[in-house]
Amino acid sequence: MSKPTIIVVGNGMVGYKFCEKLVARSANYNIIVFGEEPRRAYDRVHLSEYFAGKSAEDLSLSSVSWYADNHITLHLDDPIQEINRSSKTVHSLKGLSLKYDYLILATGSSAFVPDIPGIEKEGIFVYRTIEDLDLIKAYAANAKNGAVMGGGLLGLEAAKALIDLGISETHVIEFAPRLMPRQIDSAGSAMLQSKLKQLGLNIHLNKSTAYIAGEHKIDALKFNDDTSLTIDMLVISAGIRPRDELAKLAGLHTGSRGGILVNEKMQTSDESIFAIGECALYENMIYGLVAPGYEMADVVVSQLIGTEKSFHGFDMSTKLKLIGVDVASFGDAFVTEPDCRTIIFEDTHKGVYKRINISNDGKYLLGGILIGEAEAYNMLLQTVNNKIVLPPNPEDLILGSRGESVSEGAGVLSLPDDALICSCEAVTKATICDAVNDGCSTVDSIKKCTKAGTGCGGCVPLVKDLIAGTMKANGQYIKNVICEHFDYSRQELYDLIKINKLKSYDLTLDHFGKGDGCEVCKPAVASILSSLWNDVIVKQDTIQDSNDRFLANIQKGGTYSVVPRVPGGEITADKLIVLGQVAKKYGLYTKITGGQRIDLFGAHLNDLPLIWEELIDAGFESGHAYGKALRTVKSCVGSTWCRFGLHDSVSFAIEIEERYKGIRAPHKIKGGVSGCIRECAEAQSKDFGVIATEKGWNLYVCGNGGSKPQHAQLLASDIDKDMLVKYLDRFLMFYIKTADPLTRTATWLNKMEGGLSYLKNVVINDSLGIGTSLEEEMQSLINSYHCEWKEVINSPELRKRFAHFINAPEEKDPTVQFEPMREQLKAKW
Amino acid sequence: METLVDIKWVMACYSDDIPENGGACIKHGDEQIAIYNFSRRGEWFATQNLCPHKQQMVLSRGMIGSTGEACEPKVACPFHKKTFSLLTGECLSGEEFQIKTYPVKVQDGRVYIGVAA
Ligand code: SRM
Ligand SMILES: Cc1cc2nc3c(=O)[nH]c(=O)nc-3n(C[C@H](O)[C@H](O)[C@H](O)COP(=O)(O)OP(=O)(O)OC[C@H]3O[C@@H](n4cnc5c(N)ncnc54)[C@H](O)[C@@H]3O)c2cc1C
Ligand code: SF4
Ligand code: FES
Repeated sequence: MSKPTIIVVGNGMVGYKFCEKLVARSANYNIIVFGEEPRRAYDRVHLSEYFAGKSAEDLSLSSVSWYADNHITLHLDDPIQEINRSSKTVHSLKGLSLKYDYLILATGSSAFVPDIPGIEKEGIFVYRTIEDLDLIKAYAANAKNGAVMGGGLLGLEAAKALIDLGISETHVIEFAPRLMPRQIDSAGSAMLQSKLKQLGLNIHLNKSTAYIAGEHKIDALKFNDDTSLTIDMLVISAGIRPRDELAKLAGLHTGSRGGILVNEKMQTSDESIFAIGECALYENMIYGLVAPGYEMADVVVSQLIGTEKSFHGFDMSTKLKLIGVDVASFGDAFVTEPDCRTIIFEDTHKGVYKRINISNDGKYLLGGILIGEAEAYNMLLQTVNNKIVLPPNPEDLILGSRGESVSEGAGVLSLPDDALICSCEAVTKATICDAVNDGCSTVDSIKKCTKAGTGCGGCVPLVKDLIAGTMKANGQYIKNVICEHFDYSRQELYDLIKINKLKSYDLTLDHFGKGDGCEVCKPAVASILSSLWNDVIVKQDTIQDSNDRFLANIQKGGTYSVVPRVPGGEITADKLIVLGQVAKKYGLYTKITGGQRIDLFGAHLNDLPLIWEELIDAGFESGHAYGKALRTVKSCVGSTWCRFGLHDSVSFAIEIEERYKGIRAPHKIKGGVSGCIRECAEAQSKDFGVIATEKGWNLYVCGNGGSKPQHAQLLASDIDKDMLVKYLDRFLMFYIKTADPLTRTATWLNKMEGGLSYLKNVVINDSLGIGTSLEEEMQSLINSYHCEWKEVINSPELRKRFAHFINAPEEKDPTVQFEPMREQLKAKW
Repeated sequence: METLVDIKWVMACYSDDIPENGGACIKHGDEQIAIYNFSRRGEWFATQNLCPHKQQMVLSRGMIGSTGEACEPKVACPFHKKTFSLLTGECLSGEEFQIKTYPVKVQDGRVYIGVAA
């Protein structure tokens, strides 16, 4: 007997998830999928990342062969046009007619485009598919002013995308008196608005558009209040409309405002047809989020394999991503007194607004809004969903406990077993804790055995806390160890290697480790070995991290970049010419870096030694852009030229960079020297920063840019150069000896007990009595400096390793392809 | 699952071409194959050179090591550190990838890999 046939109409997020869930649980169906879009289902939730450089393939939810591997027939670019319910067949645009036993409608929704005069003009877009984004991107290249119609969740995301695309003036037009009207209240909206202004967004509330002006293409929006706004392009984000046209045509019941009517089994008015995702209307509600859609898919799959499950609505709590401001709303965000008690915290200086609504008896959290700071979101959402009884001072939930710090782990463990931790994959706390008890002790292994955290990833922090909490509860001692192969912290291992004078990874593993090592302990030990002995790292190349292994940053497509050192950013015309000539000869893309030097991108592995040979000949040295090592010491022009300069910041920057070049550390180290407090070298955003004062120099430490920027803090003021270098020696060496792997100075300081005052005591007052030895250790590193690339080009044996094919050393990787971009070449990827 | 296919042994390179406890890539027709000299264990492995995560030809440049009680040998892709079993080719970092593995033997300082005949 042949298997019953299921036809899925729509290959979007929910349609895909349906297939994934079904094939995981049953092989008894013949599955055929029709998709209208030209590509396999992709992650629409992270659509905006397409602008940030992700390709369509990156966003794809499955691998190329997934459908075939699972015996699913996939027809792309072929929408279903008609359903014949009496013969149980569907007809596609390309002319296929197929019979189904069950039909799954997962047609999603489309952007709602309001009927405003002029809406058909050129330069007006919606934001839903990859094709939409391609159109927007192409048009934005020639646009200066843009607007988004709609200040909801999606509208703000689209507006941020316009800014990122380089639209210099971006507006958001909202009809309602506040932003994100479905999620946040007026006070929250006001706070969000001021934050968005800082990001460069112009917000217009209470605006209804009368018509769109312009010849063929849009020139301006004309509003009902007689004002207008000149723009070159408009993105419409005024809501969604469920795609129910196919269902309607087939005579299925639909809602008066759109949507295919379904019952709690996701059945439409025809019992062999189901609707799931954004096209389905359940109890007068369209669920415009992905997690409820996944739940609907699960409900249908459960019935197909003969288990009972029904849909009972879904929590619509959301956290806005991407925009650069944390915004979250959860539970019932809008209840007001007298139906509840409300606690509000507002800090206009930092731009933080938090509101929680509590039941009148003070026992339960009903919902709330977080703007500007939303770390507590996951825990608060759990508190609402699981009806957890509140502590006596519920304000602690948003203010943090202001006495002793409470451990977050305890909070998570107090959740009930059936608390839904990962809503994308419907994984409960019990499932995760059971997995931990069965030996999964890492996020990766939890992902693998429970699928938690593999969707939007929002629950990963909770998963981490659950792992730590459960292990602790089991009496498993969670020691700060490097990995499964070494039961020591980095600091302990550093001391052991030093005392035992171990010079290689293998010896270290033999003496203090077990197993064969891995990608975590190898580079950590490699870093310790070079911080101690400063030997040529490529002598032990296979323990080095990806970039260090070939002394260059590995890039998309497997090419490498070349960054010679340019101390303090000062470079002669002759050296510039050499860089140009080398770049030309080897076809390298050149770019000025954010670190005041020049990066040459796209080098084949085989070419690296040849390129460096020429650069070294011209007097360049390795810039260690690949290493957890000193990167750059940025300078401003200083007293030599600048009318405000107090001292010669360039000379000092060069001196410091030359001093610490090549020194390896737990993470990269960057410095800056500014000639006066105007701070053009941004020294306060570096691991160490020096600023000239009337009386000498100020030394700042432990700042960084990157994803969590932090300003450096003042360690010593008005000191002379010698004193400064001495403090710097001690500071850096202390960091190198005591920080955990891959920890920048800022994070190291944040975790340090006693914080800055402790650090000051160690560095300035020598409270540990190690000042002299720190200086000596630093001096020995400085004395053993070598240019790593020089060592390589002078050693035929080391050079031999720079080949892509070991059995055809002359040949380059044929899969690396380039394409032109703005008169240069870029890797095709 | 055990399937029997005829294999033929082709010489890939010399054993000292591949760094100790590391890998290198060889060209076999149009195929790129990563060979690993796991000298700490005295074992050799071979896999496809393409990392299935972002389709990068780089696995041979990854770090090798082992995991778990059974010391399962693995390679970590240098791009995003997804790890793969050198025995089965299974992705060990919780994703559905699978890479191809090849039998390897070493005789008289020469490394041979088994490819489908
Ligand atoms: C080339 C450059 C961008 C540019 O074109 O300007 C760059 C490129 C990379 N950065 Fe950067 N960063 C560059 C300046 C910066 C800066 C600006 C600066 O130094 O003033 C920052 C912020 C300042 C800071 O570090 O605090 C910066 C913060 C990062 C971070 C985040 C660090 C953090 O603590 O959060 C990473 C990731 C990491 O290191 O883990 C990173 C990592 C990377 C890597 C190395 C990623 C990698 O491992 O492959 C990129 C290598 C690209 C390549 O193939 O060469 N890059 N990166 C800049 C090189 C400067 C140089 O001359 O060496
Ligand atoms: C920019 C953006 C950001 C978002 N951010 C979030 C977020 O942060 N969190 C969240 O939960 N949700 C978010 N969403 C919403 C989320 O993407 C949707 O809820 C989800 O994609 C719905 O899945 P679906 O399968 O129902 O619909 P879709 O993903 O739209 O898929 C429907 C598919 O069916 C196809 N189709 C329609 N008719 C036919 C036909 N007759 N024949 C064949 N194929 C057809 C369509 O072309 C489409 O490919 C976002 C959406 C966008 C656009
Ligand atoms: S790491 Fe730096 S250079 Fe690379 S994409 Fe991110 S910000 Fe740009
Ligand atoms: S490309 Fe290999 S891990 Fe991402």
